[in-house]
Amino acid sequence: MTQKIEIDGVEVAFSEGETILEIAQRHQKEIPTLCYDPRLDPFGGCRLCIVELEGARNPVASCTTKATPGMVVRTSTDTIETYRQTLLEMVVGENREVDVSPLRGYAAGELADLRDRYGINSGGITGAISGASKAEDDNPFILRDYELCISCYRCVRVCAEQEGDHAINVMNRGFHTQITTEFDGLLKDSACTFCGQCIQTCPTGALADKKALRAVDEVSDTVPEKTRTICPYCGVGCSVDVLTQNEKIVGIHPAMDGPANQGALCVKGQFAYDFVQHPDRLKTPLVRGDDGELHETTWEDALDKAAEGFRKVNATHGRHSVYGVASGRAPSEAAYLMQKFIRVGFGTNYIDNCSRA
Amino acid sequence: MSNPLVDMEKPDVIFCIGTNMTECHPVAATGLKKAVARGAKLIVADPRRIGLAELSHLYLPLRVGSDTALLLGMAHVIAREGLIDDDFIKDRTTGFDTFFEHISQWTPEWAETITGVPAKDIETAAILYGSADKGAIYYTLGITEHICGVENVQSLCNLALMTGNIGREGTGINPMRGQNNIQGAGDSGALPNNYPGFQAVTDPAYQAKFKTEYGREIDLEKGITKVTALELCGDSIHAMLIDGENTLISDPDREHCEHALRSLAHLVVIDIFLTETAELADVVLPATAWGETDGICTNTERRVQRLRAAVPPPGDAKPDWWIICQIAQRLGFTGFDFDTPKPIFNELCRVSPIYAGLDWDRIERGTTNILNNQWPVPYKEHPGTPRLHEETFVNGRGIFSNVHYRDPAETISEEFPVWLTTGRRLQSYHTQTQTGRAEGIDYLLPEESLEVNPVDLERWQLADGEWCKMSSARGSINIKVKVTDRSPRGTVFASFSFADVPVNLLTGSGYDPVTHTAELKVCPVRLEPL
Repeated sequence: MTQKIEIDGVEVAFSEGETILEIAQRHQKEIPTLCYDPRLDPFGGCRLCIVELEGARNPVASCTTKATPGMVVRTSTDTIETYRQTLLEMVVGENREVDVSPLRGYAAGELADLRDRYGINSGGITGAISGASKAEDDNPFILRDYELCISCYRCVRVCAEQEGDHAINVMNRGFHTQITTEFDGLLKDSACTFCGQCIQTCPTGALADKKALRAVDEVSDTVPEKTRTICPYCGVGCSVDVLTQNEKIVGIHPAMDGPANQGALCVKGQFAYDFVQHPDRLKTPLVRGDDGELHETTWEDALDKAAEGFRKVNATHGRHSVYGVASGRAPSEAAYLMQKFIRVGFGTNYIDNCSRA
Repeated sequence: MSNPLVDMEKPDVIFCIGTNMTECHPVAATGLKKAVARGAKLIVADPRRIGLAELSHLYLPLRVGSDTALLLGMAHVIAREGLIDDDFIKDRTTGFDTFFEHISQWTPEWAETITGVPAKDIETAAILYGSADKGAIYYTLGITEHICGVENVQSLCNLALMTGNIGREGTGINPMRGQNNIQGAGDSGALPNNYPGFQAVTDPAYQAKFKTEYGREIDLEKGITKVTALELCGDSIHAMLIDGENTLISDPDREHCEHALRSLAHLVVIDIFLTETAELADVVLPATAWGETDGICTNTERRVQRLRAAVPPPGDAKPDWWIICQIAQRLGFTGFDFDTPKPIFNELCRVSPIYAGLDWDRIERGTTNILNNQWPVPYKEHPGTPRLHEETFVNGRGIFSNVHYRDPAETISEEFPVWLTTGRRLQSYHTQTQTGRAEGIDYLLPEESLEVNPVDLERWQLADGEWCKMSSARGSINIKVKVTDRSPRGTVFASFSFADVPVNLLTGSGYDPVTHTAELKVCPVRLEPL
């Protein structure tokens, strides 16, 4: 038997274990959240997702409340929206700034988006800034700009629940809550593996991609373009979005819907992308000259010499004197053509790839 | 992998052997960590006390190269305790009766004498795995990079077959592939024994098929492996075309490798950097890199995925496929008139039964609710195959292998009394042509070091942070010492990533006779203070 609840006057079906928020999102209800990341256990910290539940004295957090048959839920009432507005004003008021570069992280714009949606102006509630930034952490990857922290614990939870590393934790309580590592030290002295998951879940940019922010100084301030591809490192095949500005790679976002990684990445996939546009890249074909050295030349010349060498060796020593090694890093089209080159060209199976060592 | 990555969260008992997953496949390891957090039991067998060992319920610190003995001992206990899956064995396998007799002699007490792992721990591991409703095996190069790599894998298959831990969710035999398209390179037929799609070159049906497809006679026998080809350089091999492999640093026995490549009459290297290998070439052709190249790759769970260009290449760099086409056209070879990668991939799909239902456009769309691009995908509407061997094995029945333990190619001696084992580290990748050029990585891993147990430090008069000389039968290198409990007594570890600490000058003691995979995991060495 299908179980149903009523949301904003419409009866909808749900499955056992689903929360009100999950059901409402499926029906395009735009309930605001800050501490919610669909990959993490519900936390109920930010209280923005509160909804009215008939029969309940106070509003309930929809992210932590599991649906039961017959529930009657209102996701947006004047009272609820006033609560949300006040909560957001307080959150905005205790941060140094809200407008941050989208390069800080995948979710870095969430607070600014909600501020705009609720028309909060920065002069509303003002006072002390909560959270102290940790400028002395000189690691090259993760900016710890806690003056933008709203204590949603998404970083703590992603590190524990998704990564299983428990490198980030919470010090103090209330207004003095501070996200930090064990013994309040540097990330490199903690269990942190620099996978970057904390910067990608942070809804305010408090934890941010230092490397991307460094890159942006060198290019204009346009919005980065995203290109979906697969990480260049191990065989797990994580989906990533490459961020580019003016033909320069400025950062990597994990693809939250990547079939192999579902939003996860490691330090290599997250941060070790800049080999691509490194000055050491080969830009011109090289051919060894009579002096024994490699010299730059044209494609025509290099390809002629490459072909001529195979022709000569084949003519002198026969077709079993030529061998091909395909790459495990190039796309399959390269490997396919490499074996075809050997099989069609020389009629042998003298072909391998780099998997034996 | 027989099972998809999403299955990693689902086993009751996980057996990891020869896989340093938290460093080498960190994202996959998160699945195992979640399984453990949920209550799954984790057994880890590895000579080194790696990150996974710290998370395990049972850690089996076996001597390097003794995996077969451990696995025989476990098979013995599973049989002795009656933990076999009779129905699965009857319905799906062949050869169990002889295997049952075979393993009766390999007791855990015998295995202890070879592996150094206490017999009672071998028993516990066997009973844990054997009793699991869903038991999954994960392994990497710690199993295959041995002279007995084939026996090691067969031994793991024996365990899965006798307990019926294959063909179901959360079970399976799951090797983790190390490079983003190493699976695709094999799928594409860049192998001396297989045409594209793993169609054996020795099978008359496939011989006939490719004779028609490629318009010429192709050798009816297998080709030689790269390992053999390197041995024959200057003798019968005189020209090589190498695409994107830094052979000189990644392969064992660097001196032999350098000599081999130098003795070629013609070496053409396609790469993105002037690697140590490219420096030896007669012609170096600059390729477009990841992020600049459109194409298709296949991951460790057989998932075929789209690579997309995001930025233009530097200078005159060209895609690998274009370069190969240009050389082929100049030699008058037919079937190389491609202008884009799409028809190349579609040709690969057309000639490969496992890719038959795939094409460029389906990969472009990616995974959908209905279509999953994990091969085999035998026809167009096929939904893909996340899990292998669910109903039947490709070859009919699962075959038990009566394997025997063999010593590594070289064992420790008075002259070389320490075991060296090699591998990878989280922050660096292979020969560092990429990670060595990524800003910030050196903050985390500035240099290579040799991991030495504190007791051995004193025994060999070494000092933490100081340099030492490490020698094998093939050569010697200088390397900085790092004291750590991760290394057991008598065994040291280094990665092969740093060209200034060329560990592959030492390795290369032997090869698996079937796969020609080098025994990079075992190399007896001597350590001396500098």
